[in-house]
Amino acid sequence: MSEGYEPKILMFACNWCSYAAADLAGTSRMKVPHNIRIVRVMCSGRVDPQLIIEAFTSGADGVLVTGCRIGDCHYIEGNYKTLRRIILLKKALEQLGIESERLRLEWIAASDAKRFVEIAVDTVERLRKLGPLKRHFDELSRVIEEVRGIE
Amino acid sequence: MSKVNVAFYWMASCGGCEEAQVDAITDDFSVLNVLNVVFWPVALDFKREDVERMPDKSIDIALINGGVRLSEHVEMAKLLRRKAKIVIAYGACSSWGGVPGLGNLYTREDIFSRVYSEVPTLKERGVRPQPKYVTEEGIELELPEVLPLLLPLNAIIEVDYYIPGCPPTPETTLNAIKALLEGKLPPKGSVLGASSRTLCEECPLNKTKPDKVLVVGYRRIYNTKVDSEKCLLVQGIPCLGPLTRGGCKALCPQAAAPCVGCYGPLETHVDYGMKALSYIASILDVRPDESEVKRVLDEGIPDPVGLIYKFTLPTSRLRMSFRKKA
Repeated sequence: MSEGYEPKILMFACNWCSYAAADLAGTSRMKVPHNIRIVRVMCSGRVDPQLIIEAFTSGADGVLVTGCRIGDCHYIEGNYKTLRRIILLKKALEQLGIESERLRLEWIAASDAKRFVEIAVDTVERLRKLGPLKRHFDELSRVIEEVRGIE
Repeated sequence: MSKVNVAFYWMASCGGCEEAQVDAITDDFSVLNVLNVVFWPVALDFKREDVERMPDKSIDIALINGGVRLSEHVEMAKLLRRKAKIVIAYGACSSWGGVPGLGNLYTREDIFSRVYSEVPTLKERGVRPQPKYVTEEGIELELPEVLPLLLPLNAIIEVDYYIPGCPPTPETTLNAIKALLEGKLPPKGSVLGASSRTLCEECPLNKTKPDKVLVVGYRRIYNTKVDSEKCLLVQGIPCLGPLTRGGCKALCPQAAAPCVGCYGPLETHVDYGMKALSYIASILDVRPDESEVKRVLDEGIPDPVGLIYKFTLPTSRLRMSFRKKA
């Protein structure tokens, strides 16, 4: 494992619940690991799998998708779609040789700042154990460059 | 009118693209009046040395099909790039890897051990492909090396245009050839001969598709009786028509087989497979319960990558850490 490795985590938070929870954690002066970068979206159902893999290929070691709890979605059923997409995406990631644990889906209620902090800390911990994702891409790039070099 | 010099070349492919080219020509013989075939390994006895002797840029159009899987393919691709004014990736394999691109899910060693050590007819001999071999007579023979993965053509050389399909239909091929001959060309990197809209738009079954499609689960065609008069999606068959480029005139859906995506992505897709995954999951209408969703997906979509990346795995953003040049 590389020395001094700090995982980078991109978190998608929905405007109505999980972002509110993150916001509350901030105003309540709770400590959140700096590894988490938050992108606010209107609904977790808006998080296209293309965005998730874009995050992975742009340097994120993990992606955390968060939304309202099942049944509480502001748009009634946006998070149902999220659930189905993430389950299928995790299966595809495993086939593609990327640990599915790098993608995590959690529901966080707007008032549950404590849960947001716990999930943030736990996600960082899990990703620290998995190590950097960059290795996967570095190895691929090396092989591709080698092939391109054939004269 | 002076003739146009054309070169055909095949890499890791099945030969279906050649058949499609012959089909296209027999559909409209008039193109033969203007084409002068200077290189076509599958049909004519020209060798690599013949191409090497040609002056640079003396070939007007090079149509290359198949993915890059051998060291020889890399060498030939670079050679044809030097000799040709316009290089075209012909077919799905050359454009994005195609079905042979699914081999990238395994290492080269995995593939070798499966093919040369586990398959009953070959395991007795226990021979692996070797780049060099000396015969009993002492003659040294060389074979191209199998590469660690399969790459689309544009990972090796600059590609001017793409003709999609597995294989491209004769109509697509002729459209493209005519566009090339008339010089009516879109910007470099564009797709030739096919539609710029999705397959659903040209599918005759589209009129039976409701405005909002929801399915309670996915069915597989091997054990399902498919109604060929009705939109396949409505019947719970995962058809990729809603996101695949049109141009084939919906041949598969009309024969009760779902679109598997051989005409590939539209310009708006960042990653075709992920878009497919997103939509397959979206239209599923099941109880929002993790185990229930898992059960339904495992049953209907046992091999997600084989479905969503059937023709585009090597260009998946997760498999290619560099961006495709426009």
